[in-house]
Amino acid sequence: MIGSSRWGLAALTWAIIAVILILPPVLVMTEALRNGAGAPIASLADPDALSAIRLTLVMTALSVLINTIFGVLAAWVISKYRFPLRGFLVALIELPISVSPVVAGLVWLLLFGTQGWWGEALDRMNIHIAFAAPGILLATLFVTFPYVTRTIAPLMEQQGRDAEEAAMLLGASFFQILWRVTLPEARWALLSGVLLTTARAMGEFGAVSVVSGHIPGMTETMPLHIETLYNGYQTVAAFSMAALLALMAMATVGLRSLLEARARASLQTKDTAP
Amino acid sequence: MSVRIENLVRTAPGNASKVLLDGVSLDVPDGSFMALVGPSGAGKTTLLRAIAGLDAFQSGSVVIDERDATGLSARDRNIGFVFQNYALFRNMTVARNISFGLDVMSRSQRPPQAEIDRRVQELLDLIHLPDMGGVWPQRLSGGQRQRVALARALATRPRHLLLDEPFGALDPVVRRSVREWLRALHDQLGLTTILVTHDHEEALDVSDRLVVMQDGRIVQDAGPDALEARPATPFVMEFLGETLKFAGQVSGGMFIPADPHVARFSVPGVADGEIIALIRPHEVRITSAVNGAPARKVGLRYGFARLAVDMGDRVVDILSATPWDVGESVELHIDAARLFRNGRMVEERCDGWA
Repeated sequence: MIGSSRWGLAALTWAIIAVILILPPVLVMTEALRNGAGAPIASLADPDALSAIRLTLVMTALSVLINTIFGVLAAWVISKYRFPLRGFLVALIELPISVSPVVAGLVWLLLFGTQGWWGEALDRMNIHIAFAAPGILLATLFVTFPYVTRTIAPLMEQQGRDAEEAAMLLGASFFQILWRVTLPEARWALLSGVLLTTARAMGEFGAVSVVSGHIPGMTETMPLHIETLYNGYQTVAAFSMAALLALMAMATVGLRSLLEARARASLQTKDTAP
Repeated sequence: MSVRIENLVRTAPGNASKVLLDGVSLDVPDGSFMALVGPSGAGKTTLLRAIAGLDAFQSGSVVIDERDATGLSARDRNIGFVFQNYALFRNMTVARNISFGLDVMSRSQRPPQAEIDRRVQELLDLIHLPDMGGVWPQRLSGGQRQRVALARALATRPRHLLLDEPFGALDPVVRRSVREWLRALHDQLGLTTILVTHDHEEALDVSDRLVVMQDGRIVQDAGPDALEARPATPFVMEFLGETLKFAGQVSGGMFIPADPHVARFSVPGVADGEIIALIRPHEVRITSAVNGAPARKVGLRYGFARLAVDMGDRVVDILSATPWDVGESVELHIDAARLFRNGRMVEERCDGWA
C-alpha cells in the first residue's frame, strides 16, 4: 500500500513538473524549429536581433559585476554588525523581490525621464539615462540587487566574526580578510547568488520595458525584442530568440547545480578522515 | 615587552548604563604568565579583547612595550591571540593556517617562500604535529586544533600571547597536558602571556600571577600563594575553592565563634566587633570532645577523610588528613581561618600569614 501510494505521488509530481516546467521550453524549441534549423539561425542573424543579444549580454555582465560587489558588502555589513535600523535595511534590500518591476521602472523614469525631476537638467548636459542603456542598467540593477546578498548573508552570519578577527590580529587588511577568509568560506553560496543574478538579469522584462522605450536595434534587450517580434507576427523569429534565452537561462541553472554538487563533494573530502 | 592598562572603562554597546569594565588598571611585566580569572560576566574576555584591540573602550589607555597602543588597530599590534573555539580558517590546510600571518605581509616585508615553509615546519615540530601540514583543520581533534591555533598565533613571532579560555573545549586529560606544554612554551620563547579562564585550578596551576575579576573590576591581583593566604574579599576566597564560613565576634583579641563546638582562638591586634571567619575544609582541625558536635565519616576525597559534622543548625563538611581516630563527638579548631569585616580581609598585626 505504502509503496503504491508513494509511486502515485511521484508520478503526480512528475506530471505537474512536465506540464508546468518541461512543456514550455520544449514547445518554444519546437516552435522555433518548425520550419527547420535554417529559419531560426537566419532570424537570429538579423541586425536588430544581434543588437538585442549584445545589449542583453552587456547589461547582464555589468549588473552581475556591480551587484556582486555591492551585494557582498551589503551582506557583510548586515551579517557581521548590529546597528540602529539594521532590520529596516534588511527589509529594504529585499524590497525589489516584492515590488513589481514595472513600478521600479517607473521610478527611474520619474527621476531621469524628460518630464522627470532631473531629466531636463541631464538633457541639457547631454546625458541620457531614460530610453538609453544607463536606464536599462539601473532597472536591471534594482531588480537583481537582492540575490547575492540573500544567498550569502545567512552563511556569513553563521560564520561569525571569530575567523575574521583572528585574521585581523594576524595583520590582514580588510580586503585580505574579505578575499582570503570570508569569501572562500562562502564561495559556493556566492557563486549560487551570482548565477541567480545572471539568470534574473537576462530575463528581466518589466522594469527594462518601462525605461528602455523599446527602440529596436538600440534599447531592446532579448525579452523586449521577443515581444516586438511576436507582436509583429514574426512567430519563428520570436520563438527562436525565446529558445536562445531559455537555453542561456537553463545553462546558468545547470552550471549552478553542477557547482553545488562539486561543492558538496569537496566539503566531504575535507571533513572526513582519509 | 610589558602590557599596562590604565583606568579602562567600557560600557555595553547600545546601553551606556551597563558597565563592562569599570576603571580597570593592570600591569603585566615582561615575561610574566598572568591568569585573568572570575565568574562569567566578570569582564575577563572584554578586557582581553580591549588589550588586543578588538573592541573599543570609552576611556583609559592600553600601553604595550611603553608605547601607547590605544589608537593602534588590532592588525598593527602583533599580538598572538588564541580564541576559545580556535577560529581556524576552514578553507586552508594546517600549514596555510599557520603561515597566514606571514602570507598577508606586504611584499617588501614578507619573507621568501622557502623561509615561510621552514618557519611553518619549525612550528609544526614545536606543536608536535610534524606531518600534519597538508591536513584540513576539520580532520583534527580538539587538542590538535588548539595547538594549530597557537602555532598560527606564534608564526609572526609576537612577544605577547593572549589566550581566551583556550582549554574550555578539551577533555580533562588533554587539558592538563596542553597547559603544561603551554607553560613550557611560554618559558622557552620568553613570552608575556595573559590567559583568561573561569577555572581557578587551571589558573593556579599554570600562572605566576592571578588577577581576580568581578563585575568589571579587579578585586585582587596577586601570586597564587598570596592569594590563598590573604584573599582580599570573601568572594576571592570562595572563588578559589571550597570554603566554610563561621560567624563570630572579636573581643579582647579573642575570636568568639557564634557556633557551639568551635574553639575560640586568639587574634592579636584585631579590633573588637562582628567578624566572619572563612576557612578551607582541609584546614579545620578536629579534636575529641565531651558533648561536642556529632561527626561521621561520609567518604574520601584526594585521600582525605570527608567528615560531616552536625553543628545543630547546619552540617559542615571537613577534610581530615590523619586517619580519623577521634571519637564521634568533636570540637572544631579554625585558627587557620582568614577574617573578614565589611567585605574586606582583616590583617592580624602580629601573626602574619606570609
